[in-house]
Amino acid sequence: MTTTAIPDFTISARPQIHPTSLWTQSLVLVRRNLTHIKRQPEMLMDVTIQPVMFVLLFAFVFGGSIQTANGNYREWLLPGIMGQTMTFASFVVAIGLNNDLQKGIIDRFRSLPISPSAVLVGRSLAGLLHSSIGVVVMALTGLIVGWRIRNGVGDAVLAFALLLLFGFAMIWLGIWVGSAMRSVEAVNGVMFTTMFPITFLANTFAPTESMGSWLRTIAEWNPISALVQSLRELWGNVPGPAPGASWPLRHAVPVSIGWSILLAAIFAPLAMRAYRRRTTD
Amino acid sequence: MPTTPAIEAINLVKRFGDKVAVDDVSFVVPQGSVLGLLGPNGAGKTTIVRMMTTLSIPTSGTARVAGHDVIREPDAVRRSMGLTGQAATVDELLTGQENLRMIGRLYGLSSRDMKRIADELLQRFSLTDAADKVVKDYSGGMRRRLDLAVSLVAVPPVLFLDEPTTGLDPRSRLELWDVLRQLVRDGTTLLLTTQYLEEADRLADEIVVIDHGKVIAAGTALQLKDSSGQAALVVTVSHADDLPSAAELLRSHVSDVHVDESARQLTAPATGLSDMTRIASVFEGSTIEIDDLGLKRPSLDDVFLALTGHRAEADDTAAGTATDDSTEVSA
Ligand SMILES: Nc1ncnc2c1ncn2[C@@H]1O[C@H](COP(=O)(O)OP(=O)(O)OP(=O)(O)O)[C@@H](O)[C@H]1O
Ligand SMILES: [Mg+2]
Repeated sequence: MTTTAIPDFTISARPQIHPTSLWTQSLVLVRRNLTHIKRQPEMLMDVTIQPVMFVLLFAFVFGGSIQTANGNYREWLLPGIMGQTMTFASFVVAIGLNNDLQKGIIDRFRSLPISPSAVLVGRSLAGLLHSSIGVVVMALTGLIVGWRIRNGVGDAVLAFALLLLFGFAMIWLGIWVGSAMRSVEAVNGVMFTTMFPITFLANTFAPTESMGSWLRTIAEWNPISALVQSLRELWGNVPGPAPGASWPLRHAVPVSIGWSILLAAIFAPLAMRAYRRRTTD
Repeated sequence: MPTTPAIEAINLVKRFGDKVAVDDVSFVVPQGSVLGLLGPNGAGKTTIVRMMTTLSIPTSGTARVAGHDVIREPDAVRRSMGLTGQAATVDELLTGQENLRMIGRLYGLSSRDMKRIADELLQRFSLTDAADKVVKDYSGGMRRRLDLAVSLVAVPPVLFLDEPTTGLDPRSRLELWDVLRQLVRDGTTLLLTTQYLEEADRLADEIVVIDHGKVIAAGTALQLKDSSGQAALVVTVSHADDLPSAAELLRSHVSDVHVDESARQLTAPATGLSDMTRIASVFEGSTIEIDDLGLKRPSLDDVFLALTGHRAEADDTAAGTATDDSTEVSA
């Protein structure tokens, strides 16, 4: 038999298992996701080429016909696209988590002596990182096409922090959708048909002033609008809220913080319930 | 002093809606031994393994692994066992080496231990050359071996394997059996599920036969075979024309002769070797030429048939998990 060719198997010694912290475990899983990006750089297309294309498309194709308060559409547009990019953090997380759930690797992780939350925390951190890459790419693209940070450092940092906070809420949305859907195609379908209209029905690409009255109200109460208005104000891209703007846009920064917390408070329990359902039978 | 059993199933029940997938299953696996859980598609093997490895919560009853209760102390259970599930659970976009290290890091192994063990496992599962290749490019068999290696990263004292050799070619299967025997020799307790009767026969000290979620028999392979009836004497004649006269000749010495024309075989119940030598001399004294004369013990397949009334491999309630029969071309 073939057994003669096989050397004896003795693991020289049983290794010592050391309990690891949730933080360590999450970082190991973040690293896994970064390796995925290294192996498939095209995974970054949604935060690189796609938003750059949006910038170019809107700035140079439609831009001429859109009037904005500051008189410079490209500078006005950039915060809108950053807001959209961060909203799509939900997309990234949903696809990644759904993929893992399909492949059964979540079962492997669940059979290990690690915190059950590590998978979600790791996935969320990786999602935030992913979208942050998009924000950096957008900022660089913006600098090239004429976007500037015109206020102080404090305001600028606060704007980036608001982006991340909103991304945090979107990640819970992503975990919910990723856990609830049965296939990556379903995730794609749901996210495309909901998230695209939602990111457009806002002040992201065109000023809400030019919309019909009820449409304008909806757009201005859209959480993305408060975020984008905050970014524009904090970076000094607009002088202030447009005349006749609804209440949320007149208090954009606190409202944006409120929206992010509220959305996280709504999506987190839904996400955890869906994930628990999906992983226990 | 009696030692704690490595694995205990205590009245395990699992219901999915109205369906009872596992119905009051109990068994004990002593330390250092191998239990084979044998049953057709949909019998409930995977469900039992998932409950014992904390992936699924029993509807009632419980299980203990290395003395720890799966419901009350899941973390202690997870520290004591390794699992290779029925579906591969390796990361396709990482290399073999990276997969092993990721799991090692999650166990909190020191980097020295991790390197040593990763190297040993890669070598043991003939994956050293593929260590730095992305798993996506592995063959089915290589993936299966890596999956096994990954479940051994912490060298757990108890190992659960759900159909470990499904999808392996015959050579890889033999190699794997060999690795498993060596693990057991080094003190690992093994619970493996299988649809291959031969596998249970070769590896398991004790076999538990499951059908429709229930334990329908348990014992050593020999005990199971003995319990399902007699050995048979099988005569194969060289020329089909001789079959009627051979049958007649045999009937004059033993009763209950069965004729299988397509195989040119005669079968009759036998009690032992003396029957065989007696019949051999009968044929020697005749003009009938025979190809083969043998004593056939009942196979586990026969056991299964006797116990359940259906063959192990062809169950009509099959759960739709098609067996992956693709074989790997090994270099
Ligand atoms: N999550 C689930 N929801 C509903 N029914 C399930 C679930 N998991 C398993 N079952 C059912 O429970 C029964 C036992 O399934 P199980 O997978 O444990 O069988 P098995 O012995 O492992 O089969 P196989 O040899 O095909 O792997 C089957 O009828 C199956 O359809
Ligand atoms: Mg199974």
